[in-house]
Amino acid sequence: MSQPATTTAPEAADRRVSLVVAINQALREEMARDPAVYVLGEDVAVGGPFGATAGLAELYGEGRVRNTPISEGSIMGTAVGMAVLGLRPVVEIMFVDFITLAMDQLVNHAAKLHYLSGGQLRVPLVVRAQCGVMGGWGAHHSQSLEAWFVHVPGLKVVMPATPADARGLLKAAIRDDNPVVFVENRALYWGLGDVPPGEGLVPLGQAAVRQAGGDVTVLATGRLVGEALAAARDLTGEGIAAEVIDLRSLVPLDLDSVLASVRKTGRVVVAHEAVLPGGYGAELTAQVQRAAFDYLDAPIERVGAPFAPVPASPSLEAAFLPGRAEVAAAVRAALGRR
Amino acid sequence: MDTGEARRLLGTMWTIRAFEERLAELVANKQLPGLVHLSIGQEATATGACAALRADDYVYTGHRPDGPFIARGADLNRMMAELAGRTTGYCHGKAGSMHLVDVEHGLLSATGIVGGNLPLGLGSALVCQERGAGQVVAVFFGDGASNAGYFHESLNLASLWRLPLIFVCENNGYAEFTPLSAHTVIERLAVHAEKYGIPTTTLDGQDVLAVRAAVQEAVDHARGGGGPTFLECLTYRLSGHYVGDPQRYREAAELAEWQERDPIARFRRHLAGVGLLGPAAPSAGGEAAPGSHAGADGARDGVDEAALEREARERVEAAVRFALDSPWPSPDEVATEVYA
Repeated sequence: MSQPATTTAPEAADRRVSLVVAINQALREEMARDPAVYVLGEDVAVGGPFGATAGLAELYGEGRVRNTPISEGSIMGTAVGMAVLGLRPVVEIMFVDFITLAMDQLVNHAAKLHYLSGGQLRVPLVVRAQCGVMGGWGAHHSQSLEAWFVHVPGLKVVMPATPADARGLLKAAIRDDNPVVFVENRALYWGLGDVPPGEGLVPLGQAAVRQAGGDVTVLATGRLVGEALAAARDLTGEGIAAEVIDLRSLVPLDLDSVLASVRKTGRVVVAHEAVLPGGYGAELTAQVQRAAFDYLDAPIERVGAPFAPVPASPSLEAAFLPGRAEVAAAVRAALGRR
Repeated sequence: MDTGEARRLLGTMWTIRAFEERLAELVANKQLPGLVHLSIGQEATATGACAALRADDYVYTGHRPDGPFIARGADLNRMMAELAGRTTGYCHGKAGSMHLVDVEHGLLSATGIVGGNLPLGLGSALVCQERGAGQVVAVFFGDGASNAGYFHESLNLASLWRLPLIFVCENNGYAEFTPLSAHTVIERLAVHAEKYGIPTTTLDGQDVLAVRAAVQEAVDHARGGGGPTFLECLTYRLSGHYVGDPQRYREAAELAEWQERDPIARFRRHLAGVGLLGPAAPSAGGEAAPGSHAGADGARDGVDEAALEREARERVEAAVRFALDSPWPSPDEVATEVYA
């Protein structure tokens, strides 16, 4: 477990990076900081399909950056068995769709062992997986399944929307003593953003107000954050000032920040890429109406995909994928301007 | 084997037997809650295997955890209290039978998911390998687990990474209610492991000394960096699949045949044969051994089985009293320890 020298913070020239590079920076920095951090998954030692783990094996060796067979259930279980003995594995599930094969280990073992052991065991495990509808990759390489994870006590669930958050949230997730499911949207991988110098940690459970506004609150996750900001720009021409909040972490949820905004605007839109029924937006809606019913001036509007598998054809994919137009329409509806 | 070792092995088997016989009564009488799976008849496998492990090794069990837990030295009071759902239990009443954990004795987890413990064993064995301190992991599972995807994934990974992992397959001939012949076309489960390049042994799981010797060899192999071993221990559960199982799926003749191979009676006969058995007649666990030693020498130097059985039943009774006298967890604790 030798410790190669590496930078602990990105150089100034590297501060404008893509989200996938920010992920890579977080992994490098955490592996340099803590020899207990391991990375395992399919093809991770050669960088993975998108380069998120590029260069890690060269820096830290194939003992700590471990290629696995295509055995998702046992990869996840291996990580749990490592975590209970004090390592901090970061598992890459190449597409979140494949996590279906690992749900037993994630749900029945990773999430529950702390509780079932009466606190004797801890499972400091991060599961990285990417989701996202793009390019006609179809039903097994595009889904958004985060609502499943939110429903499991013991799991934390994080969805970064910017490179700075991807780096800072991943570092915080790795340092967390609980299993964290970290869902990256592939459509955001190549978008550039500034990452701060230094540690740049972003604590789990803190939402970010991406744009202030007094007329309506848009609560968004992942790719829909950028779509909501675009919609907000479009709506300024209609005299609507939308406040856009990036939830960043679904569990734990920063309900205080959400409610502070709702009390100010009285109108709410929730927006995610996942299908609507049973989605995280439903839970968010329930929590907001319960805590701020007296402040609401209109029913809460929800934006999400139609209740269908992700289709492959470009025309169907476009019809499936919610974006700025759907968010703008939902905002108008929340303001009674249908 | 000296008298002390013989006493430890027989005493452990009697403790498991006494614990589970009492447990069955308590569950049947509804004095204890839960879905409880016993391993009566399989005591030699757990006892022999754990006798070959070091205190700093790790163990994962399936849904029949009592044998390995007791054989590793888990506290009977805290075990019984956990099964009784009391706050003094190992897991504060949150685990019950199928999720027992005792970190102090390296008992990292039982599981209610058949085969689900195999990949956990991989991960912990990987940690042992990385530490380089010669620790090993033993995972207990049954023949039913051999049809789970995890089983094949784990054999492959353990062999690929040469992990210090002992696969302890307790082949008791049944996956729940379904006999081996109806759940797989593979007669010897060790065949699976051979195909993945893992050393295997199929052995008499009713013979505590054979199990101990096989596990010792596997452990030595693993500590030396040789990687995993697969041990197929042929055994039988004399109890039902769970407490309350009407057991309509098996013939009385089959049960009677395996009662003849009761591991406690078998070890008793062996001890008598090598002159290590004391004079006292046992009250249970099969017929008295032929040619048992009698007389003062035997009483002083041999294994006094009746005393071991008596002591086991007394310890179990004390555990039952401790458990039933212990407080229930407060309702306030229902959602504590969800997050670390």
